Amino acid sequence: MELIKIENLSFGYSNSEEILKKINLVIEEGEFVCIVGENGSGKSTLIKCILGLNKVEDGTIKIQSRIGYLPQITDIQNNFPASIEEIVRSGTIPNNIKSILYSKEDKKKTKEIMEKLELYNLRKKCFYELSGGQKQRVLIARALCSTDKIIILDEPVNGLDPKIAVEIYELLKKLNEENNLTIVMISHDVHRVKKYASRIVEIENGRIIKDLPATEYKCGGEG
Amino acid sequence: MILIIHEMISYSFINRALLVGTLVSLCAALLGVSLVLKRYSNIGDGLAHVGFGITTIAVAFGLAPLPIAIPSVIVIAIILLKIGNNHRIKSDSAIAIISSTSLALGVAVTSLTTGLNTDVCNAMFGSGGILAMSNSDVILSILVSIIVLMLFIVYYRKLFAVTFDEDFSKAIGLKTQRYTNLIAILTAVVIVIGMRLMGTLLISSIIIFPALTSMRLFKTFKSVVISSGIVSVICFWIGMFLSYVYGISTGATIVLVNLVVFLLFTVLEKTVK
Repeated sequence: MELIKIENLSFGYSNSEEILKKINLVIEEGEFVCIVGENGSGKSTLIKCILGLNKVEDGTIKIQSRIGYLPQITDIQNNFPASIEEIVRSGTIPNNIKSILYSKEDKKKTKEIMEKLELYNLRKKCFYELSGGQKQRVLIARALCSTDKIIILDEPVNGLDPKIAVEIYELLKKLNEENNLTIVMISHDVHRVKKYASRIVEIENGRIIKDLPATEYKCGGEG
Repeated sequence: MILIIHEMISYSFINRALLVGTLVSLCAALLGVSLVLKRYSNIGDGLAHVGFGITTIAVAFGLAPLPIAIPSVIVIAIILLKIGNNHRIKSDSAIAIISSTSLALGVAVTSLTTGLNTDVCNAMFGSGGILAMSNSDVILSILVSIIVLMLFIVYYRKLFAVTFDEDFSKAIGLKTQRYTNLIAILTAVVIVIGMRLMGTLLISSIIIFPALTSMRLFKTFKSVVISSGIVSVICFWIGMFLSYVYGISTGATIVLVNLVVFLLFTVLEKTVK
């Protein structure tokens, strides 16, 4: 099934030149897609269009499922008093958006997901006291509370040490294989990601210049 | 001490001040948590100045200040939060401009009409205002405070989500702009009502202090919110009491009590560690 279908998408912020130029991209259920490219190539702008954070006027984006999102961690969050449980649980809000309190099912779901991601014993801990890898696991858990179909990640391993980065990739791979979770991830780290992703999309100056199965993708310098 | 408290509550005007002040302190503290975390600490100060300017104009035309000040300050609050940090004029500079302009306007209007008398002094530094509130102002203040509290509880989950992570909240379909506006409106209302009590120059402290104090010791959102509410109300009561006993300006006393509690929590934090 096509979860995301983008046709002829062009986008630019007001008063600036186009950042995305005629993008066509289809994401199928069960894929693990990695979007790579230089800084300023338009990767983040593209996912912001998909998520509805940027208002698209030129071209169409069709989306078949609610999308879980992992933004980059902000300065504000690094000083924010919030327990793991509070953060993960907030991912269930769209399941019954009108309600004032979290329902029993929401709490059950939060618990299951925290157990699965080995966060349950840490649930009372404060977010800013966690390690970088644990923070990412919390944000993945929150995204999984809002959807079990597809998550989009914006450079999840940015600033993590390589060993922890591999742990995050392995967790994503596991969710991808065992739960058929579709994954779209922005990354700088093509060399390492190749092993886990099923498909690599490379963007340069707002255009898709490569879109290949990960096994066929050659990094710069590999010929 | 019990005798003094007994004497205090035998005055009906102090009773009113206690009731309105308790509600306003509670509301201010709850909203303060979101505002401090979103780095909007200065907005309270800016809005209070706007409130001051509008109040003096209303008084100059012989109109009741609250019904005019509340809607106008709401409009300014929404504009300021909307500017955020995305706009070419950053929100802190926008706050600075609007705030000093309103203050200037207020002072200019008073100079032309009544002159800079004790009423103006009270409006700036608090005390007199709340003790001389009319019945209808008291009722309006109580009603509005209760609405603020109810909205805060009803939207608590979403306010947490939006405060912690606006992009994620937007991506899962929350109308984040709506909740930012809600915070702006509630803050504006609390400031206009609280100005009577604390004065224009001091009101923003009861928004910021309880949240900062609570964040010294508490590390979950819920505990910070609850602690802020409690700290704020207790500081208000102690402030009112000291202000009555020693005849110090109410607003100033409350701010100083808040400072002492903040320092106390900071010391406790260090010793706990």
